[in-house]
Amino acid sequence: MAAPCFFSRLWRAALALLALGSLAASQIEDQAKQFFRSGHTNNWAVLVCTSRFWFNYRHVANTLSVYRSVKRLGIPDSHIVLMLADDMACNARNPKPATVFSHKNMELNVYGDDVEVDYRSYEVTVENFLRVLTGRIPPSTPRSKRLLSDDRSNILIYMTGHGGNGFLKFQDSEEITNIELADAFEQMWQKRRYNELLFIIDTCQGASMYERFYSPNIMALASSQVGEDSLSHQPDPAIGVHLMDRYTFYVLEFLEEINPASQTNMNDLFQVCPKSLCVSTPGHRTDLFQRDPKHVLITDFFGSVRKVEITTETLSLQRDSQITESSYKEDRMDEELMEPLKYAEQLPVAQIIHQALLAEVWTLPSAPCGMLGSRSWPATFTGSVLQLVTSPVHVLSQSSELHKVQF
Amino acid sequence: MGLLSDPVRRRALARIVLRLNTPLCVLSYVAGIAWFLALAFPPLTQRTYMSENAMGSTMVEEQFVGGDRAQGFARDFAAHQRKSRALPVAWLERMMRSVGLEVYTQSFSRKLPFPDETHERFMVSGTNVYGILRAPRAASTESLVLTVPCGPDSTNSQAVGLLLALAAHFRGQIYWAKDIIFLVTEHDLMGTEAWLEAYHDVNVTGMQSSPLQGRAGAIQAAVALELNSDVVTSLDVTVEGLNGQLPNLDLLNLFQTFCQKGGLLCTLQGKGLQTLLLMVLRQASGRPHGPHGLFLRYRVEALTLRGINSFRQYKYDLVTVGKALEGMFRKLNHLLERLHQSFFLYLLPALSRFVSIGVYMPATGFLLLVLGLKALELWMQLHEVGVSPQEAGGSPNPGPPLPGAQGVSLASLLAPVLISQAMGLALYILPVLGQHVAVQHFPVAEAEAVVLTLLAIYVAGLALPHNTHRVVSSQAPDRGWMALKLVALIYLALQLGCIALTNFSLGFLLAATMVPAAALTSPHGPRPFYAALLMLTSPAAILLGSLFLWRELQEVPLSLAEGWQLFLTALAQGVLEHHTYGALLFPLLALGLYPCWLLFWNVLFWK
Repeated sequence: MAAPCFFSRLWRAALALLALGSLAASQIEDQAKQFFRSGHTNNWAVLVCTSRFWFNYRHVANTLSVYRSVKRLGIPDSHIVLMLADDMACNARNPKPATVFSHKNMELNVYGDDVEVDYRSYEVTVENFLRVLTGRIPPSTPRSKRLLSDDRSNILIYMTGHGGNGFLKFQDSEEITNIELADAFEQMWQKRRYNELLFIIDTCQGASMYERFYSPNIMALASSQVGEDSLSHQPDPAIGVHLMDRYTFYVLEFLEEINPASQTNMNDLFQVCPKSLCVSTPGHRTDLFQRDPKHVLITDFFGSVRKVEITTETLSLQRDSQITESSYKEDRMDEELMEPLKYAEQLPVAQIIHQALLAEVWTLPSAPCGMLGSRSWPATFTGSVLQLVTSPVHVLSQSSELHKVQF
Repeated sequence: MGLLSDPVRRRALARIVLRLNTPLCVLSYVAGIAWFLALAFPPLTQRTYMSENAMGSTMVEEQFVGGDRAQGFARDFAAHQRKSRALPVAWLERMMRSVGLEVYTQSFSRKLPFPDETHERFMVSGTNVYGILRAPRAASTESLVLTVPCGPDSTNSQAVGLLLALAAHFRGQIYWAKDIIFLVTEHDLMGTEAWLEAYHDVNVTGMQSSPLQGRAGAIQAAVALELNSDVVTSLDVTVEGLNGQLPNLDLLNLFQTFCQKGGLLCTLQGKGLQTLLLMVLRQASGRPHGPHGLFLRYRVEALTLRGINSFRQYKYDLVTVGKALEGMFRKLNHLLERLHQSFFLYLLPALSRFVSIGVYMPATGFLLLVLGLKALELWMQLHEVGVSPQEAGGSPNPGPPLPGAQGVSLASLLAPVLISQAMGLALYILPVLGQHVAVQHFPVAEAEAVVLTLLAIYVAGLALPHNTHRVVSSQAPDRGWMALKLVALIYLALQLGCIALTNFSLGFLLAATMVPAAALTSPHGPRPFYAALLMLTSPAAILLGSLFLWRELQEVPLSLAEGWQLFLTALAQGVLEHHTYGALLFPLLALGLYPCWLLFWNVLFWK
């Protein structure tokens, strides 16, 4: 009597445990899915101000405001390439030397004392900008001036200055066209220099600059449409110039609310600065981006968030070698095919996407916990306390590669 | 054959031109005058706007509060000047140094061609005092100038006071990127000319000026200030400079923006058409109407601001004027290049409206077209009448005398031209050269001697035709006057065209008055009427007429006697300014237009 009772109880307990376990497993599956949602492991930012001269004070203030936000949210100076004309703070006309203000009445000094400008003054040229993006940099370039991104990097590119329909003026002497920019991004894609790219531009007729993009995983925002001017925000009578542009001012206000733990997504960023505040109509482009913008967090691009999930369950992470094998095979095939491609016949997006879908490498085992297969990835952790931390691992591996580069 | 080489067609064309000539001329003249008058009204005027991006649309906050200090300085300056009867140089040096500027002086002297009422000696000498405020964080490559002209008749002490107070205020700011020069000149414009010549190291007017010890880089802009009282009801701005040069319109736009901002009433004399005509007259006179006129020669954009104390109710004190100046200088500080984005040639019907050169030039074009049409008619008459074989080889130069009654010899044309030109040369040289002789023989002062000699030679020229005929052999009497008139018309058209390009107002004024007389003149027809018309449109009469018009427009009409006095003064000043500043009105009239007019006079009295 006691034995069958006991066994039935045990059996029921085991069933309950299994149910709980599967619940927990599904919970942990969700957690893991969240964890690998974005697919990037490091963040970079390239912030470019393309104007010089005292009356373009607002462009420098724009760029420095974004720089400040990006630093606050966690991207270090070593991962930011800041290109500024940098002739505002120490300009003879500046009544408050060594400062650049973004709010009137001198509320906020965005120049601060820890600004690290990588390309300053006359070094901000189209050539340097393109070399930074594509990585074709002479070996003597110092490390701080390089964009050392890889295929797991999310890059934020912010540009501001004077622009027109299809071009952006660099320092009053040259221009970059939207076609050149699109080609630079394509080069970056082919060299696997980014995972996802967010491109923000605050100039007149800014939307024309992202019209020509054709590489995948790019999201773009602009402050005004073609035919519209982006307006400046507020003049400061003590300094005598306009301090900020409207669009960046409201983006800055929006970013001030973001902290590294925010779950605010890109759709909120698209709503920043409606026509009533900005006078121009901001635009955005998401057709090249694979994820849904409402699943893309602001901190995916503006911050550098170390993801930590603590769980008591074990989870085996398997690399889906089938897809990787096939992808490797296709890579090799393409190498053999190797024909010179004309501009009009650039690789179509779909083919590239199919070829380079590395995001799906991490698959979850169908059975709950603990199934170690022969094809499991060597780095599967088992243990009572499972800490799924991927970024430090990648950083470690990355830094080991980087050490190789140094020597 | 082509239209112009087919003799039959040519004759037909010539007949059309000859038939339609007079109506076309009248129409063209009326169109020119009407176009000019329409320039004062909306479709042809535009609102002014700031073209220079660096000066932008943002305002700066003015912080000048030194009104009392300015008045204190002004009182001291006036007291010192009364004591010493000349510019109190030592006091100025001390004050400028106490305010914190680098002070320098410059002495100059000039031997006048003849002394006039304002300077009763042949030798004028004086000292300029200037202080330089160095930009704290910039290299001294560019500078701005604030200048106050002081003369024996215009004390301008309030302006000096304001200058010193502004210097003290500016010295305390750190945002200057250009040096600022505060200049006080003696003898008004002569001191300014001496300073400018020494600064740019040139010598265009024969001034002896000592070299400058302190320099500050290329001058980007200058503002001249003339204040007579410590409260003003409005600020008047003058833009016309020497020989009709104008500053870049952006400087005027800047001034107007700050006037609007400070609520200061800023005026340009007159309203609507009145303003336009006043500006035309001022520009035509070619006088520098203030120190700014002399700066313009060196392509330094400059303005003169005059404080007016009239019977309006609302008065502004020195602080308001000081704030406007501070704002202007702060905005000029933002400049990276010389002002070049806006117009250099324009007319101002009002302070906030302008007419650009592309819109006003056709007026003169229409007037000169009349001369062209008349010349064409004469040319055709000279070569058309007669049988066809003769006209095939018609060359512009009536060179060797053609057989028959056709051509006119060069000699017979050259003589009147040379004699008229000689008369003009005499008009130009003799008055100044012969003044001492005149003073010995007549009880007049040197200035009066010059003017009277001028008038005497002018009138003597009227007697010419009776004499030239003895020189010229009347080969073909009828052809002779036509050829002479043709040459005179082309000469006049060329001169007026060239003048209108550089000084539109002068060109238009002369064209509007001289063209009808020139077109109508001929020996046949009512001689007294034509003589009267020609007399009324001679250069001297135009000068007299414009003086009356000018005073009429300023609402201070002249009686005949006053007008004549003013006329004599104007003549003396014209000659003097030509010698001291290089004004070109006197040589243009004497060497260019007077001989041309004499040719028409000769045509009228052709026998």
